[in-house]
Amino acid sequence: MKFKLVTGRSLQQGAGKEAGKLSKEYFNNVAVCEFDPDDMETLNISPGENVVVKTKFGEVVLKAVKSMQAPHKGIIFIPYGPWANLVTDPETHGSGMPNFKGIEAEVLPAKEEKILTLKEVLEKISGGK
Amino acid sequence: MEKTIYNVVCTVCGCCCDDLEVKVKDGKIIDVKNACAVSLSKFQNYSNEERIVKPMIKENGEFKEYSFDEAIEKASKILAEAEYPLIYGLSLTSTEAVGKAVELAEVLGGVIDNTTSVCHGPSLIGVHDIGVVTCTLGEVKNRADLIIYWASNPVFSHPRHLARYTVFSKGKFRKERKERKLVVVDVRKTATAKLADMFIQVAPNQDYELLSALRMAVKGEEIYLDEVAGVPTSKIEELADLMISCEFGILFFGLGLTMSLGKSRNIDAALSLVRDLNERTKFLIMPMRGHYNVTGANEVIAWQTGYPFAVDFTQGYPRYNPGETTTIEILTRGECDAALIIGSDPAAHFPVSAVKHLMKIPVITVDPHKNATTLISTIVIPTAITGIESGGTIYRMDGVPLECKKLVEPPLGVKSDEEILTEILTNVKKFKE
Repeated sequence: MKFKLVTGRSLQQGAGKEAGKLSKEYFNNVAVCEFDPDDMETLNISPGENVVVKTKFGEVVLKAVKSMQAPHKGIIFIPYGPWANLVTDPETHGSGMPNFKGIEAEVLPAKEEKILTLKEVLEKISGGK
Repeated sequence: MEKTIYNVVCTVCGCCCDDLEVKVKDGKIIDVKNACAVSLSKFQNYSNEERIVKPMIKENGEFKEYSFDEAIEKASKILAEAEYPLIYGLSLTSTEAVGKAVELAEVLGGVIDNTTSVCHGPSLIGVHDIGVVTCTLGEVKNRADLIIYWASNPVFSHPRHLARYTVFSKGKFRKERKERKLVVVDVRKTATAKLADMFIQVAPNQDYELLSALRMAVKGEEIYLDEVAGVPTSKIEELADLMISCEFGILFFGLGLTMSLGKSRNIDAALSLVRDLNERTKFLIMPMRGHYNVTGANEVIAWQTGYPFAVDFTQGYPRYNPGETTTIEILTRGECDAALIIGSDPAAHFPVSAVKHLMKIPVITVDPHKNATTLISTIVIPTAITGIESGGTIYRMDGVPLECKKLVEPPLGVKSDEEILTEILTNVKKFKE
């Protein structure tokens, strides 16, 4: 299913980053993807199940959560962090600013797939193309 | 011994709340009053297991502890020998430290950039184009009767903004919530939107179109479409009427404008809308600056070099050309051959193509805590936490400078960012001789 991906700040991400960027709390708060409840139904996924988010720039496995800021059908939200940045668009259009919001994305259920740890994310970046 | 320190300035977000009460016992913080959830998390966790207290240098993929003098000397040598070093971060430190970083960039002949680059950089570019009609947050608190948050969700990003400066604040001339109108424009019905008198849901990447339609409506021109950017024309006209008929309006805008398609052009449109509105009423605009001293970093770099961020000293004089001298492009093009990161975590917050280059060059990170960037660094130098373990000046999002306090002693031997940068600067000058 196709979506527009928006990355951004969340209260939990803010508190999690202060708790520690290597902490379990931070991981739990940012390695997630927020969905409009209707979209979750269409995708046939339940909160807590894993999904894979794919963009032209990469893919990432995240835990699906029900958005508390719905309705926003057709939009998925990933908090700022290393997981979100596996799929953000580096194009700056000469401004210094990548496209962190409004990126074309595809989401597929991925119940069996594992969410990478921070160290695995960094390994993936260094090992990839 | 137990004591309470009053009027403590919070060093988390651009609100820089200056009314915290911090209780200290035996050199440790035991309680904080008036803090938001994020600030509370900072005070509860500043000295947890992720704190770094000893400098570390990576050897054969493993970190080894070193003395401060050794780490600083080695870091200085790497920077002095680099052809095109990058200094980045600087939004979570004091203006005094930023001043030292600018001097260091000049001596090195490198680039100095701050997190503005991937935050409100497009806002500053917009201000260069159009100019800005703005004010202090005190004016907003006392006078504003129309508050608009556009592409910003302060309930999450700046949790006390509404209570201290806008709709829930008790101002001199506007004392109650019912005396102020709150409008939220966002792509989602955010926590802030749920408190609004009017919520406008704009389609992603179409803020420019909506701002342009609003400008038309404010000027009394007819919009020949039923909807623009997913918003019915009647609603756009209703908002235009609300804006024209207020006595003192303010538009706060967030990263939804700077990080979406259009970037600085979105800001041009917002600044122009506010300029147009001043023909009809009093209207102002302000970016919702994220980190507590990102504004200060812009102020210092601008008063020292003439430009607010992304300043290149390779020619011996300051040059500024966003798109060329900004960090993301320098990294993506693989140009810099060393990086000094102060109080930032680019490995977590940059796209993959930029992080890849950081992984290929020596990175020196000055930070109190472990993070993704310290993991990929060559040298990690621990530092005192500004606003907790060291004082200094910071600039609130409206450009008001505030003095933050030293509340407790840092871990043994750990110095402030300003002291570390001063020592690096002294060493670099010696190497360059």
